[in-house]
Amino acid sequence: MSHNHEWPLYEIFIRARGGLDHKHVGSIHAVDAGMALEHARDVYTRRQEGVSIWVVKSEDIVASDPADADPFFEPARDKIYRHPTFYDIPEEVKTL
Amino acid sequence: MSTARLGLDAPAQAHCKYVLRLADANLILAQRLGEWVGRAPALEEDLGLANIALDLLGQARLLLAYAGELEGAGRDEDALAFLREHRDFLNPTLVEQPNGDFGRTIVRQFLVDAWRLELYERLMKSSDERLAAIAAKAVKETRYHLRYSSNWLIRLGDGTQESHERVQTSLNILWPYTAELFAADELDSQMTSLGVAPDLEDVRQAWSAAVDDVLREATLMRPADRPYKWFGKRGEHSEHLGRLLAEMQYMQRTYPGAQW
Repeated sequence: MSHNHEWPLYEIFIRARGGLDHKHVGSIHAVDAGMALEHARDVYTRRQEGVSIWVVKSEDIVASDPADADPFFEPARDKIYRHPTFYDIPEEVKTL
Repeated sequence: MSTARLGLDAPAQAHCKYVLRLADANLILAQRLGEWVGRAPALEEDLGLANIALDLLGQARLLLAYAGELEGAGRDEDALAFLREHRDFLNPTLVEQPNGDFGRTIVRQFLVDAWRLELYERLMKSSDERLAAIAAKAVKETRYHLRYSSNWLIRLGDGTQESHERVQTSLNILWPYTAELFAADELDSQMTSLGVAPDLEDVRQAWSAAVDDVLREATLMRPADRPYKWFGKRGEHSEHLGRLLAEMQYMQRTYPGAQW
């Protein structure tokens, strides 16, 4: 499998069915985006997991630094009024 | 074939044999591709080849079950797959050729995929409705197989000098075996005249044009057509089939009737 280390990594996002979001499911190695799509199809949709695939080069993803967790996420903790929990959701709305 | 003993009339026997030819092409190629499991150059290719093998096996099961019904001797898909002798297998010689390196496998797969796509697209219009229905399912899967093998052939052919030389050598070695796919014998002609099978010359022309397009993009040279002597579809096989069957049929031969 040594060749794998020369192939760039791609992150794979799959939409399970129409109307849902693409969700991150994992990553694969491929030489380019076209091959990444085929590999993603072969590795992640063998059991009818999806109807659409996105692939993104892992190196193109900009991630927040875990060291920044406090300034990034702490300030939201004591602001529960931002949650939409102060009104009733109509029964007809299923997937909110 | 035991069909002769059963007193099936000649057209029914030919029909059964024709379906077996299709079934065996899939079954034997699936077995070959299965040999890559755990050994492919990358995990992703391991799964890719295994997926193709399973598609082919699924189609083979439908075809073998149908052949068993046409034969009417009570043999099911398992009996036909695991208990027939070497000479009763009717796959074209090309599909039993060894995997070689990854490039050799890709060349073989590409030549077969391109043939199967043209063949099954036409089988969708077969006068045999059962065969037409199986073909409709097979075509969707085969389109993906051809996409996979074409893309790899282009990458390898138009890749490094070494990858180019390797796939060109494989193409030169495997090319003569493609002649059998389009050489209509009596059985093929009979099936064509009944509307069961498409005209093989029509399939050949479409295949040839499709293959040329990909070879050009892969910067590979199309080998010259040569006289050939392989007729796997009549049960006259290369030396490679025996070993493949020994492995494939081992369990049922050693433990007859064994179940999960």
